[in-house]
Amino acid sequence: MTMKDRPLIALFIFMLVFVLTLPLWINLLTLSKGRDIAAPELDLGGDAKLCVESTEFMKAHHMELLNQWRDSVVRNSNRIYINSQGKRFSMSLQNTCMECHQDKEGFCDRCHNYVGVTPKCWDCHIEPKFSIKEHPRETH
Amino acid sequence: MDESRRRFLKIIGLSTLGLSGTAVVEAFAADKADRYLSYEQAFAGKKWAMVIDLSKAAQACDGCRNCIDACHRIHNVPDMDLPKNEVKWIWKDNFEHAFPAQTHHYLEQNYQGRPSIVLCNHCDNPPCVRVCPTKATFKRADGIVAMDYHRCIGCRYCMSACPYGSRSLNWRDPREFLNETNKEFPTRTRGVVEKCNFCVERLAQGLMPACVAACKEGVLSFGDLNDPASDVSALLSKHHTIRRKPHLGTQPRIYYIV
Amino acid sequence: MLEKALKGSKGYAFWIVALLAIIVIGGIFYLQQLSYGLGLTGMSRDVSWGLYIAQFTFLVGIAASAVMLVLPYYLHDHKAFGRITILGEFLAVAAIIMCISFVIVDLGRPDRVFNLLLHPTPNSILFWDMVVLSGYFLLNIVIGWVVLNAERNEVPPPGWVKPLIYLSIPWAVSIHTVTAFLISGMAGRGFWNTAIMAPRFLASAFASGPALLILFAYVIRRFAGFDAGRQAIQSLAKIVTYAMVISLFFLGCEFFTVFYTQIPDHMNHFIYLYRGIGDGSNLVPFAWLSGITGILATILLLVPKTRNNPKILGAACILVFLSLWIEKGFALIIAGFIPSPMKKIMEYAPSGVEIMITLGVWALGLLILTLLYKIAISVKQELEL
Repeated sequence: MTMKDRPLIALFIFMLVFVLTLPLWINLLTLSKGRDIAAPELDLGGDAKLCVESTEFMKAHHMELLNQWRDSVVRNSNRIYINSQGKRFSMSLQNTCMECHQDKEGFCDRCHNYVGVTPKCWDCHIEPKFSIKEHPRETH
Repeated sequence: MDESRRRFLKIIGLSTLGLSGTAVVEAFAADKADRYLSYEQAFAGKKWAMVIDLSKAAQACDGCRNCIDACHRIHNVPDMDLPKNEVKWIWKDNFEHAFPAQTHHYLEQNYQGRPSIVLCNHCDNPPCVRVCPTKATFKRADGIVAMDYHRCIGCRYCMSACPYGSRSLNWRDPREFLNETNKEFPTRTRGVVEKCNFCVERLAQGLMPACVAACKEGVLSFGDLNDPASDVSALLSKHHTIRRKPHLGTQPRIYYIV
Repeated sequence: MLEKALKGSKGYAFWIVALLAIIVIGGIFYLQQLSYGLGLTGMSRDVSWGLYIAQFTFLVGIAASAVMLVLPYYLHDHKAFGRITILGEFLAVAAIIMCISFVIVDLGRPDRVFNLLLHPTPNSILFWDMVVLSGYFLLNIVIGWVVLNAERNEVPPPGWVKPLIYLSIPWAVSIHTVTAFLISGMAGRGFWNTAIMAPRFLASAFASGPALLILFAYVIRRFAGFDAGRQAIQSLAKIVTYAMVISLFFLGCEFFTVFYTQIPDHMNHFIYLYRGIGDGSNLVPFAWLSGITGILATILLLVPKTRNNPKILGAACILVFLSLWIEKGFALIIAGFIPSPMKKIMEYAPSGVEIMITLGVWALGLLILTLLYKIAISVKQELEL
C-alpha cells in the first residue's frame, strides 16, 4: 500500500461506513411516509390484576421469567410458581399465560413486531388460535 | 507486526475471553428455592418403571394401536411422509426385532412374530445421556430420561448411542404432518431429537401415562419401584421378566413379562 | 504476507474463481437444507449419520499430516522435511476447517451451536472433539504463520513457538483418538465398539495425510515450480508404506476378531459391508474397491523399485487416498448403522443436495489450502532467489 492508494482506501472506508449505517438512512428516508412511531396498543385479553406479576415487572422481565420457568419445569421438575404476592401459578406459557392472553397477534406480536424481535417460542408452543392448516412459517 | 497493532489485538482477545466468562457464571444459577415448587403429587423419592405383559400381547395387541395413538395424539407426534423420516415414541414390533438375542429357530410357535410394545427404556445407566454434548437429554432424580427441546442442537449423537433405536429426529417441520393437535402440549421443531417422556406432564398431575391409561387389556403397567404396593412392584415379584439387551449394562426400566 | 495470495497467474485466478463458484452453489443448497430440514439428505431414523460425518471422520485423518512432518523434523532433526513442514501445517489448517464445517452442516439446529460452549459437558466425547479440533487448528495456524513470517524476515522464530510445536505432536494424536472414541464408546454399535478404533484412525491418518502431501508436492512442482526435494518425498513415501501396512494389519485384526468369535452383533455389519444382507448391498462395491486399492497400493509402496518411481508413487498415493476415503469415510459410518439396533436394514444413499453441500465444503477447504500454500511457496521462493 502506498500514497497513491489513499483515495481508493478512503473510498472503501466511506462505502463501509455507509453500508453499516444503512438502517439509519432507510429509517430516516421512510419516516415521512407515516411510519408508526408511537408505542403499540395492546389487546390485553386478561385482567392485569390476575397476571402472574405486575404489568411493569412483566414489561421489563417477562423474557427472563419465561426462561426461568422453562428451566424450572423442564430441568428441575418444579411446576408451581409463587409470585411476589404469594399466589401460586402453574408455570406454562401455553396453558397459563395464553389462557388469558388468547390473542397472540393483538398482544404478543404487537410489541415484538414494533421492536423487531422474533422470539422462537411459538415454533413449538401452540398459541390458542393455532390451526393445523394455516400454521405460521417457523421463525428460524 | 506493529507494536500498537499487536497490543490492540491482545486487548480484543482478552476482552472476548472475559465476556465468555459470564456464560459460565450463568450456568451455575439455580432455582431460587422459595419461588419454585413441584406439585404435591409429584416426584420426590419415586423410581418410575413400566411392566409390559407380553404373555397377554399375542391376543391383546394384535390389531390394536390404542397406546400408540393415545401417546402420539396427546404429544403432537407427527405422522411423517416417508419411512426414513418416521417419528415415533412408542410402537409395535415383533418379538424377533425387539429381543434379537432371545430369538432362535425353536422359538415357541406362539412367540414367533409376537407383537411387542417398544419405547424408550429410561435406562438407569443411559448411554444417550452420557454422550449428549449439551445435556439436552438428562436423567431426572425419579429415573426419567428427559429431553430439553430448547437446548438440543440436533447432532444426533444420542440417536447413535441408543442401543434400542428409541429416538427420532425431526427431519422436517413436524407441524406439516399433525393429524390433530393437543393444545395443552407443545410440538417440536425440525432439527431436534425426541422420544418418550414417560408422560411427565401427566405424572405431575397424578395421572398414569397415556399409553397405560389407553390400554384396556392390561398389557401395560406403570408405577413406582420404591413403593412395594405399586402395580409394577407386585408384577415384578410374581412374574419372570426380561429386559432388552441386558448384556449392554444400560439397566432399562421397562420390564417384559414373558 | 496475505498479499501474496492475491497475486498470481491467470490459471491461479481461474482456479480460485472456480472454487468460489462451487462454494457459493454449495451455500445455496445449504440454505435450502436449513429451510427444509435435514430431510433433504439421504439420512433416516435408522442411519442418522451419513456423508457429512463420513467426511469429518476421514478429514480428521488428513489433519494429522502436519505431525508426520513435524515429528521427524523437530524431534529427530530430519533435515529433508525442513522446507515442507509448513505445507503439512497448512494442510492441517484446511482439513480442520473442513472438519468443523462438516459438523456444522450436519447439525439439526446450527443456530444453537453455541450451546456447546454455554453448557460444557465433559462426559461427552463430542465436547472434547470440539476442544481438540479447535486447539489443533489454533496451534497449526499460529505455528505455521509465525515460523513462515520469521523465515521471511530471515530471523529465527520466537522462543515461545518451540513449546507449541512440541505440543502439536501429542495434540495431533489426540484429535484422532477423540474422534475414534466418539464412535468406539457406544455399546449399542458393535461395528465401532472395538479397542483398536483409535489405533486404526492413527494408522490410516498417517497413510492418507502424507499420501495427499506427496500428491500436493507434485502439483506444486508442476504449477509453481517449487520442488519439495527427492529425499523429502521418499521419506514421506516410506511413512505412507509403513502406515498402510499397519492399517491393513489392523483391518485384518478386526476381521479375525469378528469372524473367529462369530458374534452376530459384530459380524453382521461386516457381512453387510462385504457381502450384503438380503436386498441391502449398497456398500459392497465400495468396500471391495477400498480393499483392493488398499492392497494394490501397499504392494506398489513396499517394492522399492515402484516406490522410487515418481509416476508409480503418484498412482499409489491416489490409490491410498481413494481406499482410505472410502474405508474411513462412508464405509465406516454407514455400516455402523446397518443392521439397525432392531436388526432391520434401511439403506442409505446421499441425496443430490447432500452431495452438493459436501462439494461446497471440499471447495472451501481447497480454497483455504490454495491461499495458504500460495503464501508459503511465494515466501520460500523469494528467499531462495
